[in-house]
Amino acid sequence: MTMAEGDLAVTELAFVRHTTIAPRPPPAMMTGALGWLRANLLSSPFNIAITILIGLLMAWAIPEIVKFLIIDAVWAGHDREACLESVQHRAIGACWPFVWERLPYFIYGSYPISERWRVDIFFVMLAVGVVWLLWLNAPRRDLGALYFFLILPVTSFILLTGWSAIGLRPVDTVLWGGVLVTIVVAAVGIVCSLPLGILLALGRRSRMPTVRLLSVIFIEFVRGVPLVTVLFMASVMLPLFIPEQWSPDKLVRALVGIALFASAYMAEVVRAGLQAIPKGQYEGAMAVGLRYAQMMRLVVLPQALKVTIPNIVNTYIGLFKDTTLVFIVGIFDLLRTIEVARIDPKWATPVTSTTGYAVAAIFYLVFCYGMSRYARAMEARLTRGDRR
Amino acid sequence: MNDSSDSHGSLLKPAKLNTAVAVELVDVNKWYGDFHVLRDINLKVLGKERIVICGPSGSGKSTMIRCINRLEEHQVGRIVIDGVELTADLKKIDEVRREVGMVFQHFNLFPHLTVLENCTLAPIWVRKMPKKEAEEVALHYLSRVKIPEQANKYPGQLSGGQQQRVAIARALCMNPKIMLFDEPTSALDPEMVKEVLDTMVELAHDGMTMLVVTHEMGFARQVADRIVFMDEGQIVEANIPGEFFAHPQHERTKLFLSQILH
Repeated sequence: MTMAEGDLAVTELAFVRHTTIAPRPPPAMMTGALGWLRANLLSSPFNIAITILIGLLMAWAIPEIVKFLIIDAVWAGHDREACLESVQHRAIGACWPFVWERLPYFIYGSYPISERWRVDIFFVMLAVGVVWLLWLNAPRRDLGALYFFLILPVTSFILLTGWSAIGLRPVDTVLWGGVLVTIVVAAVGIVCSLPLGILLALGRRSRMPTVRLLSVIFIEFVRGVPLVTVLFMASVMLPLFIPEQWSPDKLVRALVGIALFASAYMAEVVRAGLQAIPKGQYEGAMAVGLRYAQMMRLVVLPQALKVTIPNIVNTYIGLFKDTTLVFIVGIFDLLRTIEVARIDPKWATPVTSTTGYAVAAIFYLVFCYGMSRYARAMEARLTRGDRR
Repeated sequence: MNDSSDSHGSLLKPAKLNTAVAVELVDVNKWYGDFHVLRDINLKVLGKERIVICGPSGSGKSTMIRCINRLEEHQVGRIVIDGVELTADLKKIDEVRREVGMVFQHFNLFPHLTVLENCTLAPIWVRKMPKKEAEEVALHYLSRVKIPEQANKYPGQLSGGQQQRVAIARALCMNPKIMLFDEPTSALDPEMVKEVLDTMVELAHDGMTMLVVTHEMGFARQVADRIVFMDEGQIVEANIPGEFFAHPQHERTKLFLSQILH
């Protein structure tokens, strides 16, 4: 090292900045569509391979689906003849006239045709309630909650089952079917399972051994048994123990079975959320004088439920699809009505079943994806609220 | 305790102490399993008295003040807060917690509520105060801790020092008779310690009964009426600050002071 370099090093030891470096935009390869492509699709050889593979898969599947559902589909006709292969019609896609004709059956099941307006009103009322409750900026959401949790269930019950005193013809639940049953079962399951699940989760974390034991037994028992078994128990075993005139309606039994089943799963989801809340939150709440119920309602649960939204919605989506299992005890949900309709000789063609199942798939996909999207939006909104 | 001699008492003008006993611990013992964490604790705190509790970590000082608002349960002995004895009776516990404010090392603010909501939560739900009035009270105390402009932010948007001042305001909103501080500055970045200590000094000036667990010996010297030194779950020595620092009596006190005062 020469003397000069040494001097230089010494002078560089002390440094004072006289100008501030102004911020500059990032290099072009980091931004824009090209930057996104580079970062997300083509960042490594493995990533490139995956991108190509998925691209090929989509290129193969999407045209097939579009072809079946739209391009090759049959749009008009009165019976199976329209959807059969013929000289003019080589490739046959979805048989939409079948769906169109049986659509009322898919929606209402065997609900008497003259009374179906009651179901329509129920759908509208439910839609209003759901929007009122889920739209976070809606006016008077307190009234909305009252409407959804009190007025709606009572009026729906009267409306759907009938009440002779006010001129509504009673309709046996045996006649209910299709989307109506699917929605009723799912709605009851979704609405009941969260509060029940929260109570069970709190019970499982309770300091009182008896409460804890009961919660654990319930949760573990229900989780340890398949839903099909629960439904069988509810519809086959229960009548053996209870005199017939006391025995509740078959649909009600299934509803209770599903609600209890879902609440056991929900309990574990909520418990995970409760465990994620630091002890300091409990202590902070206790130190300002909040009682147990207030502490849970105002401090712990809002935070715990927020972190568990993805899991809650996951359970809801599972529950929504599990409602199809009620067919096993002879209840005609949407999937069951499609099952029945697709073997109707009037429409028996090679594509009828596929078309029916496609309808079911689209229905479930729309609802489940809707729930999923709503949950994402909700999460985004809540995390915007309290950045840590 | 009314001692006003300059060399012995705190630098702060000695508070006009109430003769009423605010906190009384009589032969308090506590165990975690087999571990004897508090041993025969006897401490009497008068109204408006300011007590600083210090000692090595694990000496039981936090546990002791957490027993005072029943975040921890003592197994043997009596704890009487403002005439109310703490037992398993939930009513008594509620009564005590309403009158005793607490500030934690890690703030324990509610992250899902704004600063203002953090402060109004307990007055509204515990004191049944109308929302409007609770907000006025909250803004008053937020001004006193010098952050009224942060009222509508969330705790996560504030610095540590600001959060701790919010925590102090939150406790004050319940209009407590006694304030407990559990190492309020230990989790703060060094440049934020002073703003919190200043707030606490002001509180002391205003005549609040305070029990403070802290390692801030400057604060102790400036504010405390009495310093309590704990080790291994026992009170080893208690004295007015001047005496405590100038003439520590017990060997452990001497050792502790030599380690923290450089």
